[in-house]
Amino acid sequence: MRVDSTFKIAFRALRRNKLRSVLTALGIIIGVGAVIAMVSIGNGAKAQVEQQIASLGENVILIFSGSVTSSGIRTGWGNAGTLKIEDAEAIRREVPGVIAVSEEVISTSQVSAGNQNWFTRIYGESPEYFDIRKWPLSDGANFTSQDVRSANKVCVIGRTTASQVFGSESPIGQILRIKGVPFLVTGVLTAKGLSPQGTDQDDIVIMPYTSAMKRVIGGSTLRGINVQVATPNDLAPAQQQITELLRQRHNIRSGRDDDFTVRNQQEIAETATATSRVMTLLLGAIASVSLVVGGIGIMNIMLVSVTERTREIGVRLAVGAHGRDILTQFLIEAVTLSVIGGAIGILLGLGASRMLSVFAHWPTLISIPSIIAAFFVSAAVGIFFGFYPAREAARLDPIEALRYE
Amino acid sequence: MAENGVVVRLEDVHKTYHTGEVEVHAVRGVSLEIGRGEFVAFMGSSGSGKSTLMNLLGCLDRPTEGRYLLDGDDVSGLDRDQLADIRNRKLGFVFQSFNLLARTSALENVELPLLYGESRLTNAELHARAIQVLAAVGLSGREDHHPSQLSGGQQQRVAIARALINNPEVVLADEPTGNLDSRTSTEIMDIFQKLNDRGITIVMVTHEPDIAAYAKRNIVMRDGAVQSDRAVTQRLTAESEMRKLAALP
Repeated sequence: MRVDSTFKIAFRALRRNKLRSVLTALGIIIGVGAVIAMVSIGNGAKAQVEQQIASLGENVILIFSGSVTSSGIRTGWGNAGTLKIEDAEAIRREVPGVIAVSEEVISTSQVSAGNQNWFTRIYGESPEYFDIRKWPLSDGANFTSQDVRSANKVCVIGRTTASQVFGSESPIGQILRIKGVPFLVTGVLTAKGLSPQGTDQDDIVIMPYTSAMKRVIGGSTLRGINVQVATPNDLAPAQQQITELLRQRHNIRSGRDDDFTVRNQQEIAETATATSRVMTLLLGAIASVSLVVGGIGIMNIMLVSVTERTREIGVRLAVGAHGRDILTQFLIEAVTLSVIGGAIGILLGLGASRMLSVFAHWPTLISIPSIIAAFFVSAAVGIFFGFYPAREAARLDPIEALRYE
Repeated sequence: MAENGVVVRLEDVHKTYHTGEVEVHAVRGVSLEIGRGEFVAFMGSSGSGKSTLMNLLGCLDRPTEGRYLLDGDDVSGLDRDQLADIRNRKLGFVFQSFNLLARTSALENVELPLLYGESRLTNAELHARAIQVLAAVGLSGREDHHPSQLSGGQQQRVAIARALINNPEVVLADEPTGNLDSRTSTEIMDIFQKLNDRGITIVMVTHEPDIAAYAKRNIVMRDGAVQSDRAVTQRLTAESEMRKLAALP
């Protein structure tokens, strides 16, 4: 039997029952469309989170000052003041692979300029902070190491703070009063948007950490240290060495807990994307159910079709068709339905996810692998659910089939 | 190859069906020969075994005992696919209920056996051959008609064309006029007689004696065995019968 005539016969059979073919394919169309659209929603959410994580900077290790227990009261991360400026310098000096270190203190405060005031976050950092976070200035100039050494009263401010305090005026060269201390605004940062936790990262004042410690916050310990290493491969060894270095410096005997926490960016990213990965899986799984239902629809119609065309099968067998020819014919019919359905479903899914991002403003991300997978899955659905009816057809006895009423 | 021009040779053929615990001996020891160019009509009441014998002759079924030589080759031991190839190459089928594929043109119906054959014809050659065979049964110009657009007699002619397309050794017709009125039946018999005149072997099952009278040899079956086997003495010719019918008021 010739391959082209098998295809011809199968296509003709599908054309003879156009409405039925379309309705049967609809199950697969909806199934594949749903999978593509749902997975694109999940991927979109994941990509958004990943983008936010990337805004932390590349190859970053974050060290938080630890919690201490004092009279049974545990203070929580960052509040114990276990990290010293010397610790940061030691890291800078001794840990290989480290390319930038920024000492960090954080506070919140009311700030004012002229007749405007605003409650915002005050970050004390080193000048390297802006490189670590890949956060350039949009206007003005950064503070310098000299400013850090002299604890100068200078600061750069985020976009939100700038517009809240200075309105449409340029903040560069203006005086911003923080807890009554006048600071010279030297620069405005580019907008960075929301953090993975949903806080506005642009609502910020950043100044040399020495200035923050001496003039705004007080105290002599750091809340945290931001460290950047050269390559992703340096992350794990650097993290290890920082831990060892700090334990040694803090005289922590083995067996005792660290009084600090070291996290690298990958760990943070994994935690943050776990949710969206679960969501993608869940949405995909639900959509896959409809694909299976579509497959059962194909099986149902193919079984009906085999019963209905019993005589036709009998005639084909009588004039010389092998069981294999009949099997192939019905299998091709099923696979054609599911593959055409799959192709239309892919278009539908692409359209749906586009609509979702345009009209509902949901982040969607079409992944090529999911399209390829959907296509092959729909073909597999056709083979899987088409095989049983096709085999039933192929096994028919020609005499019985010809006599079938 | 066939000796003495014998196309069909049955040697003590039995066919027994097992339905539950009951054994049905549908055919019990039939031996016969059909020569090339014969026109045989099998007759008999229902249950006489003529349909079972027809299925055996048509290689749709295998005998439980005995040998069946078709065109000199023993086909009694062949498997399902080998039988399918034999049916495709050596046999043509005409059924009582035509069994044409619905919503498929006459041309495509006629081409059907070629699709399953070993021939490596181009589509154009396929069409040319189908058109030629359709013309031979008087259906020129109706190649594109679907079965629903054709009368019963025309549908049966399409079926005959389909049976002829592979130049079979034997054309097997199972009650070919069972669903047709007498005038159309005569027309179909006319086609059969003309095909037979061209040397095509025809084996037909019928329970109508006046249809059997168009054949050259009548075999009457009873209880799974041959009751009588004789040449038709007063043979009807379809052509003269049609003239008589035309003369009627």
